Amino acid sequence: MASESIALRVHKSPLHVVYECVATADHKKIGLMYIVYALLFLVVMGIEAILMRIQLSHANATFLSPEVFNRLFTLHGTTGVFFVAMPILFGFGNYLVPLMIGARDMAFPRLNAFSFWMTAFGGFFLYASFFAGGGLSQAGSAPDVGWFAYAPLTSPTFSPGHSTDYWTLSLLLAGVGSIGAAVNFIATILCMRCPGMTLSRMPLLAWMNLVMGGLILVTISPLTAAQLMLMADRYIGGHFFDTAAGGSVVMWMHFFWIFGHPEVYVLIIPCFGFVSEIVPVFSRKAMFGYPAMVAASVSIGFVSLGVWAHHMFTVGMPSYGNAFFVLTTMVVAVPTGIKIFNWLATIWGGKIRFATPMLFCIGFLFQFLIAGLTGIMLATAPFDWQLSASYFVVAHFHYVIVGGILFTIFAGFYYWYPKITGRMLNETLGKWHFWIFLIGFHLTFDFMHIPGLLGMPRRVYTYEAGRGWETWNMISSIGAIFQAAGILIFVYNMIVSYFHGALAGNDPWDAWTLEWATTSPPPDYNFAGVPAVRSRRPLWDIKHPDDPDWKYE
Amino acid sequence: MVAALLSWATLPTFADARDGFFGPTNIFAPDSTPAHSIFRLSIFELEVEGAIFVVVFSLLAYAITKFRQRKNDDDSEPPQVYGSNQMELAWTVLPVLIVVVLFLTTAQVIHRVQDARRPPGTIEVTVVAHQFWWEFRYPQYGFVASNELHVPLSAPQLPTPTFLALQSADVDHSFWVPRLAGKTDLIPNHPNTMWIDPQETGLFLGQCSQYCGVQHAKMLQRVYVQSREEFNKWVHAQQQPAASDPAVASGSALFITKACFACHTVRGTIAAGIVGPDLTHLMSRDTIGSGAVPLTPENLRQWVHNPASFKPGSLMPAPDITEQELDQITAYLLTLR
Amino acid sequence: MSASPAVMAGNDTPWVLPSRGRVGMISLIIAESAIFMIFVAAYIFYIGKSLDGPTPRQVLKIPIFITVCLLSSSLTMHWAIATLRKGKTASFNVFWLITLVLGAIFLAGTGREWQHLIYQEGFTIQTNLFGTTYYSLVGLHASHVTAGLIGLTIVAILGLAGKIKREHSERCEVFALYWHFVDAVWVVVFTVVYIVGR
Ligand code: HEA
Ligand code: HEA
Ligand code: HEC
Ligand code: CUA
Ligand SMILES: [Cu+2]
Repeated sequence: MASESIALRVHKSPLHVVYECVATADHKKIGLMYIVYALLFLVVMGIEAILMRIQLSHANATFLSPEVFNRLFTLHGTTGVFFVAMPILFGFGNYLVPLMIGARDMAFPRLNAFSFWMTAFGGFFLYASFFAGGGLSQAGSAPDVGWFAYAPLTSPTFSPGHSTDYWTLSLLLAGVGSIGAAVNFIATILCMRCPGMTLSRMPLLAWMNLVMGGLILVTISPLTAAQLMLMADRYIGGHFFDTAAGGSVVMWMHFFWIFGHPEVYVLIIPCFGFVSEIVPVFSRKAMFGYPAMVAASVSIGFVSLGVWAHHMFTVGMPSYGNAFFVLTTMVVAVPTGIKIFNWLATIWGGKIRFATPMLFCIGFLFQFLIAGLTGIMLATAPFDWQLSASYFVVAHFHYVIVGGILFTIFAGFYYWYPKITGRMLNETLGKWHFWIFLIGFHLTFDFMHIPGLLGMPRRVYTYEAGRGWETWNMISSIGAIFQAAGILIFVYNMIVSYFHGALAGNDPWDAWTLEWATTSPPPDYNFAGVPAVRSRRPLWDIKHPDDPDWKYE
Repeated sequence: MVAALLSWATLPTFADARDGFFGPTNIFAPDSTPAHSIFRLSIFELEVEGAIFVVVFSLLAYAITKFRQRKNDDDSEPPQVYGSNQMELAWTVLPVLIVVVLFLTTAQVIHRVQDARRPPGTIEVTVVAHQFWWEFRYPQYGFVASNELHVPLSAPQLPTPTFLALQSADVDHSFWVPRLAGKTDLIPNHPNTMWIDPQETGLFLGQCSQYCGVQHAKMLQRVYVQSREEFNKWVHAQQQPAASDPAVASGSALFITKACFACHTVRGTIAAGIVGPDLTHLMSRDTIGSGAVPLTPENLRQWVHNPASFKPGSLMPAPDITEQELDQITAYLLTLR
Repeated sequence: MSASPAVMAGNDTPWVLPSRGRVGMISLIIAESAIFMIFVAAYIFYIGKSLDGPTPRQVLKIPIFITVCLLSSSLTMHWAIATLRKGKTASFNVFWLITLVLGAIFLAGTGREWQHLIYQEGFTIQTNLFGTTYYSLVGLHASHVTAGLIGLTIVAILGLAGKIKREHSERCEVFALYWHFVDAVWVVVFTVVYIVGR
């Protein structure tokens, strides 16, 4: 049945595998390609992080030159957002959404392949700057303007050479890829559902990918527009961000954050989907308040379009402008709170099984709570005048990105790896991974808040002794080593389990959504017959014919 | 109500701990009205969020310990619950109320800090940020200083706040001296203002906090808060043209022939460059290169010899001079008090 | 376990889903609108902020004729689709060709305008903020017209070769959505550039 299964692919010649990758338009293979690509860049950006942490571990360090450090955080941030988090979520979405809605493929398979390759080239292009970014003037190598690349630092005057062009073009390529992927997700979810799969019966993960797709359409596009303007400035003498010609650099900030803020929800919303799939299964209960979860996510999507300037409280907006963005930003706490409380209520009264996917989800719940609360502190404009651009912000967003997104992604790996490969990941190694990474995460990012409160700005390649920052930075750096160790265990686990893991069977977790109704790994055509559903948990209905869900929904 | 909550939130400050373990740039050791307002708001905020945190954390912790699967459990599924509108309503309305309170408190502080009026006796300073150093213009007194900002004490009975007009000569920077006020960016073509009214004399540290290029890390800030008399004395000294000492004539000539004058101003000489810091009263400062190193004769000599040895990437080039010329220029610079 | 899970017992409502072509195109249009919105915002923000001339009033003439052409091309496009749905391929071809010609006139008109501005007025993207925002906004729109014209041409050739049948009306309709979008954007661009900004 599993004629094209991954397990069998091992026996094919490497050339054949490469050919399949290049030529394929199958959603599962493209999904895997996204995931492998993103993991590769996770290691790259992690190594960049480790290098930065070594430099910052003590005062007045000389391990890295300022130029190299500045390139490292620019690439670390850009890679993390565009070439780790986005592709990994696209990968899972690609793999899972058609399976979960009972479809055979994405709506536009060739567009899907195109989108992947655009994203992939974007990433490779960014790193090509190391070799070619100097340009004819031989100034600069990799881009060093920070991941939000504030004008006028990106103007030809302050960024000679081509390094900034690599950054711009790379994000332009990846942006086109993302928009293609979003179009595909939306069309797939709206138009490819199996019979009976009404919108109100869709798995939450599919819902979240729909919201993500919608958000991408309206957020990546502004970034693309802003990049076009920057290119016009750099190549054909435009003046969009040219202060000498009366241009406004604040406009870049607005355009970037009109993209940048919703972007962070683009990243977290599919992760909410993971949690909403995994927590119910391991609590053995139906998702509590499904309609509220959907409504909350959709409203997070909408509200997030109107909060961008909370990244600009220090830019000197008028007081009423600041107040407006304080309000909109804080409003996001309400739907997000609804989500937290619904997960809590799902666990409540359940029978929790602490398998590795659930452990990571529980980590997420606690950490996201804290990260959200520090977000509200930042949203308090006057408080943000102190905290902005300090290590407190760095701690806040790693708390969401690593403590939230990365944790749920790990949960997703442990949960769906059996479906994808047909073999279980090793549970013991999984628990080691969880605990070591958890310790590392908290060492690094809990203690990183403190230097922020003590006045340490971000993006400094070194700092003076005697400011009271050394201890905290040292602890953060030690934590990063633990994180690396955790990730090494994870990578090792994935490789070993691929060959020696216990066989998974169709439905190892006793779960309820459609992807568990087919074989592991699923055949090319996903389902032998077109499935049809009557409730949100079709497999529950089968397993409990006497008490099916559709009676209650 | 908001005001009551605010005043209730005024805890004994952390100020006593400020120079010890917590370092000189602790945001919880405010010493000027804007920083104080922020401090009180942040304590209030921390209390509210602390409460939310404790409640939600406890509920989560309780749930995962209470509802774990036990060894002797059978395989049956727990009762399925699909939702509850009352609960959804409850946990929507409660956060809404909290948000309203937080917003109103915040808006009040924004207004108080941002829309403050200038009392008579205000000191005006125009701050111009340059890639990796600071220029301070005192239009009321008619001179320009660099890198080290001097302001008078502002006594509560007779407030003499300092209003800073913030500008940039090149890219974005940010002015941040945590114990005096929150940060405000200096952006080309986008003038900003902020104000401070320090209540205690002494040295306050900070640093540029908007990434501005290679040496963003060493664009440090030093604010000297002085009693009115000392401030006046300092102003008077700064208003004088540069000392001219015939003993260092060779050095002052080299300053011109080696092109230093193209970038630096020394008032009273033909040097009127604006690319680098004003050097008229160089020796009245404690540091070189906006806080990069202490200003000692050895460091000064080393700086002129090769600025990159202290501040790689700084926009001052190493001049092409011999050791002897270096000594002469240094000797000259040392007379610029 | 069987690979086909829950059977839809007792549920005989027909299962209809939206067309993916249309959903895909609408999504793309939303993304494109966001791009245009940013350029329009930049244009509006910079109205009157150029440090030196020329000003829009000095160099821009209101392009009434080509605007009428472009807007009427939406109408002919609409008729083309309507006739195709009825299976009248010949009149489809006629309407389609008129659409193509009207679009081409519009593009040529923009080209003439630019040629005049660049060679007679010496006004380029580098001149001032107005030049930068004007050329980029109008140019962005023109590039969409160009893309549309390429699509129109391909369909026109297929149509003349007799390859477009009634069953293709769905696809042509999806393409028509794009063309209507390009027209609608022009209404915005026209208002902003030639009325508000002038
Ligand atoms: C996935 C990523 C993610 C997510 C989900 C968030 C979520 C939030 N973020 Fe964060 N943020 C980032 C990623 C993210 N952020 C990044 C990357 C940056 C920095 C970019 C850069 O500068 O490089 C940043 C920066 C950033 C800033 C700018 C700081 C600065 O530079 O000065 C602000 C300011 O308002 C902010 C606020 C918030 C808020 C209010 C939320 C809210 O969504 C949080 C809502 C959640 C909760 C509040 C918890 C749960 C709710 C309850 C339990 C209900 C009860 C609670 C209340 C009533 C308060 N974030
Ligand atoms: C997806 C997003 C993402 C992720 C996952 C991370 C993960 C991490 N980040 Fe990152 N970070 C950003 C996004 C992200 N970050 C962004 C957007 C910025 C802002 C950039 C800017 O200012 O422009 C930033 C900035 C940033 C800074 C601030 C730099 C500065 O302002 O000067 C720091 C400093 O400590 C840091 C550290 C870390 C660490 C220690 C991790 C760790 O969690 C990483 C753990 C992972 C690994 C360690 C990889 C695993 C490695 C192996 C398996 C191989 C083992 C190899 C060795 C140890 C040699 N990050
Ligand atoms: C191309 C311009 C340029 C030239 C030429 C130049 N400087 Fe500078 N100088 C600068 C800049 C810019 C700084 C600030 C560097 C920083 O702090 O990042 C500076 C800083 C200094 C400082 C430290 C000032 C302070 O307050 O911290 C001294 C002293 C100095 N220069 C002396 C000299 C002498 C002596 C010469 C000639 C031999 C010279 N400079 C030539 C641009 C120049
Ligand atoms: Cu100036 Cu950073
Ligand atoms: Cu944000």
